[in-house]
Amino acid sequence: MADLAARVLEPVVDFGRIARLWMRATMAYPASFWMLAVSSPLTTGLDFVALVIIFGNVDDLGGFSLTEIGFLYGATGVGIGVADLVVGRVGNLGELVRTGRLDTMMTKPVPLLVQVCADGFALRRLARVLQSGAVLAWAATYVDWSPARVATTGAMLVSGSLIFAALFVGMSCLQFWTTDTAEVANGFTYGGNTATQYPLTVFPVEVVKALTFVLPIAFVNWYPALYVLGRDDPFGLPSWLQHASPLAAVVCLGACALAWRSGVRHYTSTGS
Amino acid sequence: MALIEARDLNRTFSVRRRGAGRRDVVAVRDVTFDVEPGEMVGYIGPNGAGKSTTIKMLTGILVPTSGHLRVAGVEPSRDRRRLARQIGVVFGQRTSLWWDLPLRDSFDLLHRIYRTDPARHRANLAEFVELLALGDLLDTPVRQLSLGQRMRGDIAAALLHDPAILYLDEPTIGLDVVSKGRLREFLRALNATRGVTLLLTTHDLQDIEALCDRVVVIDHGTLVYDGSLPGLHEVGGSTRTLVVDLADAAPPIAVPGADTVRVEGPRQWLRFPAEASAAPVVAAVAAAYDVADLSIQEPAIEDVIRSLYGSG
Amino acid sequence: MRLYVAVARGSFRRYATYLGATVAGTFANTVFGLVLCFVYTAVWRANPEAGGYDVADALTYVWIGQGLIMVVAIWGGGSPDDLAARIRSGDVAIDFYRPVSILAWYLAADLGRAAYHLLSRGVVPFVLGALLFDLHRPSPSGAALFLLALPLAVVVSFALRLLAALSAFWLLDDTGPRSLLGFVALFFSGLTLPLVLFPDGLRHVALVLPWQSFVQLPADLFLSKRTGLDAVAGFGLAAAWAAVLLLACAAVLRRAERRVVVQGG
Repeated sequence: MADLAARVLEPVVDFGRIARLWMRATMAYPASFWMLAVSSPLTTGLDFVALVIIFGNVDDLGGFSLTEIGFLYGATGVGIGVADLVVGRVGNLGELVRTGRLDTMMTKPVPLLVQVCADGFALRRLARVLQSGAVLAWAATYVDWSPARVATTGAMLVSGSLIFAALFVGMSCLQFWTTDTAEVANGFTYGGNTATQYPLTVFPVEVVKALTFVLPIAFVNWYPALYVLGRDDPFGLPSWLQHASPLAAVVCLGACALAWRSGVRHYTSTGS
Repeated sequence: MALIEARDLNRTFSVRRRGAGRRDVVAVRDVTFDVEPGEMVGYIGPNGAGKSTTIKMLTGILVPTSGHLRVAGVEPSRDRRRLARQIGVVFGQRTSLWWDLPLRDSFDLLHRIYRTDPARHRANLAEFVELLALGDLLDTPVRQLSLGQRMRGDIAAALLHDPAILYLDEPTIGLDVVSKGRLREFLRALNATRGVTLLLTTHDLQDIEALCDRVVVIDHGTLVYDGSLPGLHEVGGSTRTLVVDLADAAPPIAVPGADTVRVEGPRQWLRFPAEASAAPVVAAVAAAYDVADLSIQEPAIEDVIRSLYGSG
Repeated sequence: MRLYVAVARGSFRRYATYLGATVAGTFANTVFGLVLCFVYTAVWRANPEAGGYDVADALTYVWIGQGLIMVVAIWGGGSPDDLAARIRSGDVAIDFYRPVSILAWYLAADLGRAAYHLLSRGVVPFVLGALLFDLHRPSPSGAALFLLALPLAVVVSFALRLLAALSAFWLLDDTGPRSLLGFVALFFSGLTLPLVLFPDGLRHVALVLPWQSFVQLPADLFLSKRTGLDAVAGFGLAAAWAAVLLLACAAVLRRAERRVVVQGG
């Protein structure tokens, strides 16, 4: 039991140690550090500013009000924000392969994924979590809360973070084979984030089904939010989907673990 | 049980060719060797011979295509993290230190992630700082260190957790003569006092001569020699050259065991087998001629390997 | 002049070797384009005249924006990044001793890069968008003005990116200024949202800033929203910004040169 606890805990502690060292390293350039600290939350906040501006031109979007969309926006933003903070650096995998630094990491006693994700850790990526969290908190004041809705919201945020984390890692595994394809992962992760910032009613039903059953991005906010906001599924899809986010997260994590293992075993290192 | 046990190790890469689909390239073919604890082994071969591929399999970075491999009792690619505690790795061209932070911070992190006993870590650190003359550099950001200083830092970093095996990939590349000498001295002492097993790849024959009792040669992915350095010279038919400066110009010297290959005024070049002792040749020359000066030229590693192929 | 053409051509070829990155990036741009098209369709369904655009205009705007991200290097990148790396490593001292203009050299390299990105990451998402959606068909003059506005947009963007890169002479690290610039460019270029949707006050400000020449101006020319004198005014504003910013680059470079020469690299 103690052994198991250590096996789970040690990588987490190591992540913290490596991350802390990187944060200290970024302080070597204080001017850049502070400019990044200012520009990061501003940049992630732009999407919401755009939403507000859109609502200056329209009264509703896809049948949803600004507060409802704020709930969707905040939920997906917290999800991708947490995932990006913790595992987002995996997108840099190709660079680690090209420079041979991945080889060095493979000879250290810390799980490779932990090292890759902690590499170049920057606390400024917390900005998205805070900014989206603020929008979510604002939107939450318009929700008619019940214990079940609170629980669903909690499960939604955890599942959303895990789904995005699985996407970050899983899609980055492509870089074990071709190192310069970081943008493919961005298409799925940030593309998925952008898509779920809006009510899915703006998309054709085929797209919604794809985002449910093929690439289960809709579970990061849409289905649980329908339940929390007390709305019927506009596409008439079964209501159990509104509680299936944890299941979707488990499936995504499984697929991601398989992709990572197969990537590491197929890894061919660089050059000679 | 041997510390490193490689049997019929193979590694194939699938290489994409322009317009011609994929093709399999064998980087390492049927390589078999053992390394016993405390050995110092030079692993040499031309560029692209399969040296790095082998080292990467031994360190768990690459998965062998086939064959049996055990390092310190574990299968490297399956048990990378357990293996990591048993090995230290230094890749000469890149650093595992934190670029923007003082050397001390990198050492401290390694202490923590390897979970080395604190007393043991302090003792090791003190010893390596002393032996590698790192004292004044501990608070310097790594980016400000010279190549030689950084290499010393990297070697200390690779040793802090008391590994049984140290892999060094071109450890002296780019270093000046003095730094090379000091580094070799350190590695010799490390092996003698701590019994650390050393496996190094290098292009520098002097590294091998200074450090290794055993040489393993690989070419085109195949192991072509495994034995002592003198033995390699014997197999490869390599020769050493005795350069004799006589007091006056003379006809070609004739002594048993050596051929005079060149005469230029008072200076003459005598070739003799590399594995033979130079002493009888020197004695014979000194007894028969009026010698002003003598020197011996060692063969270059590339020549030895080339002649190995020429004869095999 | 011949030299700079060669520099531009070399840069074009260099970017052309990153085929994997081009395909991956085009994929990402296309995904974003698709998402935005559905969103904008809903917006213009709710308000068919928002910003003076109709729905075809809005969807065309989406694909122009996605196509121009890399051409204009809205997020940053291009030859100023190379210069920043040389400033950090100290190699820039060599550049100062070359008998060529640093400014012209890096501008030529960036124009070469932009040409490659236009033909790859510009054209492909646009064609895909045109196949999937009903887009605005440009008039010949609109298309011609659009193409004329692109080099101007690249020059304005280049000068801004170069200024950020040159900060590395003083800060040693240009990631901070680069990210601030990226944020401003993202919003005021019209990539996040067409500037025409902005509320009045903000829109008036945005339309005189240099970034409007990145996406909003080319799009309005393509959509024939700006014609005749209005188009000329747009070009004039962008050209004035290009001139001012390039002069600023030259001035900063002179100061940096003095600094490098004094410190001996």
